Amino acid sequence: MITIEHLAKQYGTKAVVEDVNLTIERNSIAVIVGTSGSGKSTLLRMINRLIEPSAGRVLIEGADTREEPAHLLRRRIGYAIQGHGLFPHRTVEENIATVPRLLKWPAARIAARVRELLEVFQLEPATYAHAFPHQLSGGQQQRVGVARALAAEPAVLLMDEPFGALDPIIRAKAQEDLLAIQRRYGTTIVLVTHDMDEAFRLGDRVAVMSNGRVLQFDTPAALLAHPADPLVTRMTGQTDRALRLLSLTTAGEIAAPGAVPGPTVSAAASLRDVLSELLWRGAEAASVTREDGTPCGHVSVAALLRHGRSP
Amino acid sequence: MSALAAPLTAAPRRIEPLGALLTLAGALALTWLPFVLVKANRIVPGTPLGVGAALPPAVAGGLIVLLVGAAAVGLCVGAPRVRLLAALTALAGLALAVGLAGSLLTPGGNRVVRVAPGGAFWVVLVCLGLLATDALTRLRPRPLVRVLALGLLLGIVVAALASGWFDHLSILREYAVNAARFAQELRRHVLLAFGSLLAAALVGLPLGILCHRVPRLRPGVLGTLNVIQTIPAIALFGILMAPLGALAGGFPALQRLGVSGIGAAPAVVALFLYSLLPIVANTASGLARVSRAAVDAARGMGMTHWQVLRGIELRLALPVIITGVRVVLVQNIGMVTVAALIGGGGLGTFVFQGIGQTAIDLVLLGAIPTVALAFSSAVLLDALAETLERR
Repeated sequence: MITIEHLAKQYGTKAVVEDVNLTIERNSIAVIVGTSGSGKSTLLRMINRLIEPSAGRVLIEGADTREEPAHLLRRRIGYAIQGHGLFPHRTVEENIATVPRLLKWPAARIAARVRELLEVFQLEPATYAHAFPHQLSGGQQQRVGVARALAAEPAVLLMDEPFGALDPIIRAKAQEDLLAIQRRYGTTIVLVTHDMDEAFRLGDRVAVMSNGRVLQFDTPAALLAHPADPLVTRMTGQTDRALRLLSLTTAGEIAAPGAVPGPTVSAAASLRDVLSELLWRGAEAASVTREDGTPCGHVSVAALLRHGRSP
Repeated sequence: MSALAAPLTAAPRRIEPLGALLTLAGALALTWLPFVLVKANRIVPGTPLGVGAALPPAVAGGLIVLLVGAAAVGLCVGAPRVRLLAALTALAGLALAVGLAGSLLTPGGNRVVRVAPGGAFWVVLVCLGLLATDALTRLRPRPLVRVLALGLLLGIVVAALASGWFDHLSILREYAVNAARFAQELRRHVLLAFGSLLAAALVGLPLGILCHRVPRLRPGVLGTLNVIQTIPAIALFGILMAPLGALAGGFPALQRLGVSGIGAAPAVVALFLYSLLPIVANTASGLARVSRAAVDAARGMGMTHWQVLRGIELRLALPVIITGVRVVLVQNIGMVTVAALIGGGGLGTFVFQGIGQTAIDLVLLGAIPTVALAFSSAVLLDALAETLERR
């Protein structure tokens, strides 16, 4: 659990972050979203003390982050950034081993961990362990960057626009991978982005920032249903908020018993995608099947319309 | 297969511009300039002899055939391997011929007569050298190959000089007379050049890091060093004489360490000052080009300031810093020559002694090793910088 209390940062007379209070649950993904200059990166960088706060404090599992030297604190916290920041003179293996080496892990443990991460991130060790970053594609570089951040099994992972440099298709894949990784390792993730779609897709809770303040920190559905500030409504998108709401629920979650004639959709598909499919096919309902192909009911247009209504 | 086939099909269509230029220069030199000069003693002007007069007809003919062959390759063949081979073969022939001319033209037992290579020899030597260098550049050899090639070249030159084939040439006559002093001055030359480089690196690296960290300092520091750089060497030696002399006068301890207004002290100080700009400027710009994201990630993962500086920033800036060191070293090796004027020693001693005695061979005894030293340093450090850049 990460507790942020009255955190603030001032440069001269200019307040970049003002009185931020957040509690981020263990094993959850918190996304900080805001326009450029909203102070979201500064807030993130104060958690691992790359920027020292002007006021307030950060507690991780109840312990004040100022209790130990900053560089030791950072070795316990994963850190992944936009444009990956891989060391160009070191191989993929050496890059991933950075923090374990700083922590003086035994060589065998480091080697085993690097191999495990390469496999988790779908990078064939024989091909990629000894490659240099410039020999990888953008998506692969980004994966190595996240693998490096997770190398020392941190309980907390900070990510600053980690997918900002990727094209849309690779980006969607990277987001899916991140969700899978988070489920696998149970890491608490704090992620900064300017992309509201990304925030909604990844965040268990989303903090909307503007001018150094957190306007609201809530679940995506609550941000849509009960915006605390007109700015939140504007940033989450007034015109397509019903569709955004639909995108937060999967077909499997609302499937009613019984199969129907017509198209078939996956249980993991979002209601937004199901609606789109039904519109396209001109159908009234779709059967829902699980990943293994077994049927788990159906979803009708009427049910979709109910779910898209303002809660 | 294609590498061999391409130039043969392309040959008739195109004349290599560099080959044309070198052929013209070589032909003009062989026509108008002497191949060797035979002098009654080391300071009188010599009798110029062309290739035909200096060598037996068979050898002269053979040499001309070799040179024409090299020129033909230089003009018409694009393949770098063929060009390199032709240039090296002709160079070997040229060297053997001039050595032979030395032996043949020196009357037996005569230690006063000097046979000096003439203008034609030097021009053709340079032309063939350029042809070989150009071919080598086009081959783009890997750094290690370049270093090995340099080692091989130096080995061949040393072995050739040790073989005795060239002993009758004037420069080696001068060397034979000055052998003990040559070794001593060579050592001193290297010591002065590397010593001032080392001192400049010890001061320049931290100064460069400071300029990178505190951008406000950068214009002032680089501006000052730029001004120093514009002072001519001789003037700087002169400027340093007074304060160093006074320092030595005031502190006898310094004097015992060898500090004085003339000699090695002002030379080292001047070279040190000249060396600072390239090292400071390259350190600062090398650090500036290091990826901000990599540095941010390094800090964010818990590296200490020192670990980031050493393991990431300096390591990534190293190729640029090495390039600065290369500039300094080549510059110092050349400038140490001038230090001989104020008693600094080094190979420049022979140059200025030779100028004083109008003994051009003695000048060359100082100048040629200086050039070889600078050239070798440049090749080695370039290879090092490129190797670091590749990783």
